[in-house]
Amino acid sequence: MLFFSFFKTLVDQEVTVELKNDIELKGTLKSVDQFLNLKLDNISCSDETKYPHLSSVRNIFIRGSTVRYVYLNKNMVDTNLLQDAARREAMSSRK
Amino acid sequence: MDTPLDLLKLNLDEKVFVKLRGAREMTGTLQAFDSHCNIVLSNATETIYELVEGELKSNTKGSEMVFVRGDSVTLITTPAE
Repeated sequence: MLFFSFFKTLVDQEVTVELKNDIELKGTLKSVDQFLNLKLDNISCSDETKYPHLSSVRNIFIRGSTVRYVYLNKNMVDTNLLQDAARREAMSSRK
Repeated sequence: MDTPLDLLKLNLDEKVFVKLRGAREMTGTLQAFDSHCNIVLSNATETIYELVEGELKSNTKGSEMVFVRGDSVTLITTPAE
């Protein structure tokens, strides 16, 4: 649940998603769910010449399992809060 | 009892070395992880290895904050000095 909450705090911010097929998409994060599926608005492809088939797409649903990385700006993240949340998650998930 | 993931807790806010699928590696400061090995690294450097005409080439790419999906992660350790 940690990363679900984490991504919810990033809604309406600009993120860059790298997919497992090497496509990189930049856009505004519009929503997330528990599988870390993402909805992005106003997307732009970082390499339009390589993937022209995405150039007319403006908003997109990404299946969570196809994501490799999500690049963020460091000012979007409160690292102390995030580390504490990770410690609490590690505590609560142990049986 | 400490589970393997409990040990990762000790690496929070420390530099880690992460091996990924597809001849990729990443070093950075561990900010968060969960039971799927989803992780967030800050000041990360990714290295991608590839063979070009039989020669090993590597490309690096830096990022200030990155989320890595756990299904790409194969191991997490402290970086070699």
